[in-house]
Amino acid sequence: MERFTVHSGRAVPLRRSDIDTDQIIPSDWLKRVERTGFAAGLFSEWRRQPGFVLDRPEYAGATILVAGVNFGTGSSREHAVWALQDHGFRVVISERFGDIFRGNAHKGGLLAVQLAAGDVERLTAAVEQDPSAEVTVDLVAREIRYPDHKVAFDLDDYTRERLLAGLDDIALTLQHDDEIANYERARLSWLPTAL
Amino acid sequence: MGRTLAEKVWDSHVVRGEAGEPDLLYVDLHLVHEVTSPQAFDGLRLSGRGVRRPDLTVATEDHNVPTDTTAIDDPVSRTQVETLRRNCAEFGVRLYPMGDAGQGIVHVIGPQLGLTQPGMTIVCGDSHTSTHGAFGALAFGIGTSEVEHVLATQTLQQTRPHTMAVTVDGGLPPGSTAKDLVLAVIAQIGTAGGQGHVVEYRGAAIRALSMEGRMTVCNMSIEAGARAGMVAPDETTFDYLRGRPAAPAGSEWDAAIDHWRTLATDSDATFDKEVHLDASQVPPFVTWGTNPGQGVPLDSPVPDPASMPIGGPREAAERALEYMSLAPGTLLRDVAVDAVFIGSCTNGRIEDLRAAADVLRGRRVAAGVRALVVPGSMAVRQQAQDEGLHDVFVMAGAEWRSAGCSMCLGMNPDILSPGERCASTSNRNFEGRQGRGGRTHLVSPAVAAATAVAGHFATPSDLEA
Repeated sequence: MERFTVHSGRAVPLRRSDIDTDQIIPSDWLKRVERTGFAAGLFSEWRRQPGFVLDRPEYAGATILVAGVNFGTGSSREHAVWALQDHGFRVVISERFGDIFRGNAHKGGLLAVQLAAGDVERLTAAVEQDPSAEVTVDLVAREIRYPDHKVAFDLDDYTRERLLAGLDDIALTLQHDDEIANYERARLSWLPTAL
Repeated sequence: MGRTLAEKVWDSHVVRGEAGEPDLLYVDLHLVHEVTSPQAFDGLRLSGRGVRRPDLTVATEDHNVPTDTTAIDDPVSRTQVETLRRNCAEFGVRLYPMGDAGQGIVHVIGPQLGLTQPGMTIVCGDSHTSTHGAFGALAFGIGTSEVEHVLATQTLQQTRPHTMAVTVDGGLPPGSTAKDLVLAVIAQIGTAGGQGHVVEYRGAAIRALSMEGRMTVCNMSIEAGARAGMVAPDETTFDYLRGRPAAPAGSEWDAAIDHWRTLATDSDATFDKEVHLDASQVPPFVTWGTNPGQGVPLDSPVPDPASMPIGGPREAAERALEYMSLAPGTLLRDVAVDAVFIGSCTNGRIEDLRAAADVLRGRRVAAGVRALVVPGSMAVRQQAQDEGLHDVFVMAGAEWRSAGCSMCLGMNPDILSPGERCASTSNRNFEGRQGRGGRTHLVSPAVAAATAVAGHFATPSDLEA
């Protein structure tokens, strides 16, 4: 997994609530068997409409997405995370995320930052007013900085350490192979197996 | 202090629990399908890892498959299905392919085979894995990175969720179903109401549901934002499981029942959050918007965004009505549909098909309405045919199909055309969910069937008037 420490870039405001993962990456794109190449699918239905915020020239190259409350609900498709990353996003900021989306994001090195409603609104307004404003997301200090503002955010220590170090979960788990084997030996005898 | 059902199942699966770390949770059953697994199997190959427990892993083909033929025309879909077949052969995973009598939607075949049992942990790269919670299993959807993690280690790193009780007292009125009940729950608590929580459904109305009804309710837990939904196992559960191919037998059956009886939430246990509902107040429901929380009784008019709080909810409602091409105040009974879809992991089981057939028997689908009836598995299809239900559907003018996810999610040839409106027994009414530009209204199988006959939203009792 790619490490995440401190990232600075421009942010694009997406003033919509309840953005489900079907909107982030429509299901037609899920037929692919690769892990990359999803950039063109990102919000592809909304991007058919001219003037969609992601495609406005002043937000070209933005790497931080600031979205409405309840981002990434619905389907468990990790393709949503891959599409955001393929488009160039390193951070998504919202008041609240769908549980599975947030978990997927942090598995893949996309930082999903939860802020209070007022903080999201202030940041959204700031980058609407000045699309060139530089926004810094500092995972070391767990804070976001942009002109005249500094906002702290929460992230549990374990997830933060993993992101800072770019650790591979499977390798970490396999260090405990003995404990898994011990557990397996004690499992109930009638539990089902594949037929 | 006592523990809840979810806590008991969680505790009994902790392989390793260290302060400051997520728990390492053992997975009893890993269900796999073609869409969310190819990149995970690739990851195994790249790192030289195998599947730790192929005997606890079961795969099926469901999302991509056409339901009127076994030949996949779309080359991208075909490649994905062929990739699953190659991966299952290479790693020794049991696969139920298209055309096989055991094939079907992943959340339909698990319970049907008896693989889904109380007290288990069950995961799948699909958010509707919550379905299996109907048996008192802890079952939840995961992403592809986690699919790879489970394939390699048979475990998952998980943070202990909060617990939430949804208690539904009273009894459902005649004409209301498990689907209406869960749509009412989501309308009440919202699409984020369950975030971070495992929901336990309790109360007389839940106890009165069949296993299939409980599966419908648990299936849609994710639409309320919850990680999982559960129902404590009882005689209804045991009766369903007895004699199924993978269920314990003989003395093991007795031992299993003794164990399963210990799983129910202790009387002195507490939940982090509690919600109450009165089932007797739940009429047939229909959604009007573009998320499953935007639902109202079928008797109602389309809500007016102007009556909603300024800001998020109002803007979301305005955008939803624009997408759905609905005017506030329009009676839902006056809204005409182009298509009706009966099927999916929410409502594609035999009782759902019986409910639809009861309405369609001796009646005709309205002119200009396309009705699709898609069994959730080939076994359900066979059972429906044994009962003569397929004749009812065909005589009524509906299409009778083979098993698959079909028109639930727009990944196979069963899709809506732009602008088409559909009464659907599936689980999501997101923009474009059933095909680009399609408009989805979530309903029960009985309402779907009545709507097919009337040509506009209707309940079965409307047809008798």
